[in-house]
Amino acid sequence: MSAEAESAGNGFNIHPMDQFVVKPLFGHGDVGMFTITNVTLWMGITVLAIIALLVLGTRGRAVVPSRSQSIAESIYLFVHKMLEDIAGKEGLKYFPYIFTLFIFILVANILGLIPGAFTTTSHIAVTAVMAMAVFITVTLIGFYKNGIGFLGLFWISSAPLILRPILALIEIISYFVRPISHSIRLAGNMMAGHAVIKVFAGFAGALGVFSVFPIVAIMAVYGLEMLVVCIQAYVFAILTCVYLNDALHPGGH
Amino acid sequence: MASETQSAASEHAVGMPQLDFATFPNQIFWLVVTLVVIFFVLNRIVIPRIASVLADRHDTIQRDLEKAEELKQKAVEAEEAYNKALADARVEASNIVVATKAVIQKDLDKAIAKADAEIAAKAAEGEVKIKEIRDNAVKAVKVVATDTAAAIIQSVMPAASDAKAIKTAVTARLKG
Repeated sequence: MSAEAESAGNGFNIHPMDQFVVKPLFGHGDVGMFTITNVTLWMGITVLAIIALLVLGTRGRAVVPSRSQSIAESIYLFVHKMLEDIAGKEGLKYFPYIFTLFIFILVANILGLIPGAFTTTSHIAVTAVMAMAVFITVTLIGFYKNGIGFLGLFWISSAPLILRPILALIEIISYFVRPISHSIRLAGNMMAGHAVIKVFAGFAGALGVFSVFPIVAIMAVYGLEMLVVCIQAYVFAILTCVYLNDALHPGGH
Repeated sequence: MASETQSAASEHAVGMPQLDFATFPNQIFWLVVTLVVIFFVLNRIVIPRIASVLADRHDTIQRDLEKAEELKQKAVEAEEAYNKALADARVEASNIVVATKAVIQKDLDKAIAKADAEIAAKAAEGEVKIKEIRDNAVKAVKVVATDTAAAIIQSVMPAASDAKAIKTAVTARLKG
């Protein structure tokens, strides 16, 4: 890591990747499958935050909503509308799954912006599992709903016949690249933003009076990150909807 | 691998912690637990609740709109009824005016006719009296003229005094 080498060289104490280390909460043992780690802690906090917002926030069930209830309703309607617009009425069957992914990524991303927090969604292991789950589920739905006709997704009937095999190859490659881009996009965005903030924070520690510049930069990047975390949750959810639409209507493009 | 993880955990991160495969089972396990919990919370509690709230709100708004429409209809009907009542009242008022006018006219005509008749009767009576007075006056004039003529003739030439001739002459003279 270049930052490591640099810090060793000139005395800067910058360790931007430290925040991503998975470590046990209690003691210093190995990280086994069931060890309670900072991942457990922050995923737990994510669940509690979601329950606080969506369950406690809506407990009034008011026709004229309270503030928290209207936030919960807005998120619900936002995801619902997105799914209906993209995948149509048939897609609404999968609404709870899309909603789960969206709200988990959104809340985990936002919680990751708390200083000192561990960002669960900055890990490729987490995003890859979600992306693979989406990929496999969508592929299975595609074959289940359309049978062998699902392969029509790769056979572009509107293209000239001679181009179709080449297009099919490209389509198949792009289809299998989906889970990779889907997962790396999210993890990469989360990791990069948080690492940049940490790098600026390291400068701030080392520059004395001039640390005002890195601090201003942190504020700017933090604002940008607030935007990015929401957009990335949206992008993950909307791509899931698009893939789902491909599975439900393979001839629709 | 284990010792490296341990050192990474206690010291600083070596390379990208994201690529430390030793932590993958742990992350994946807790991710699956988290997602399952979130899914059940959403599917069992949140989605039915919000869906029912939204449906309720939709119903309430629909009902209110229908009610408003109904009330508007009623208001329109009330206005129509009012206008109709107003028009009816106007028609009735004008009818009453016409009827009253007719009654008054009738009374008036009667009174005028009666007055005319009285006037005519009085005028006839007056004419009769005037004629009488005139006749009397003519008779008196004849008598006076005859007497005067007789007196004049008596004094001028008493020989020619003939009462009958004088009367005839005066009468002829008065007629002329």
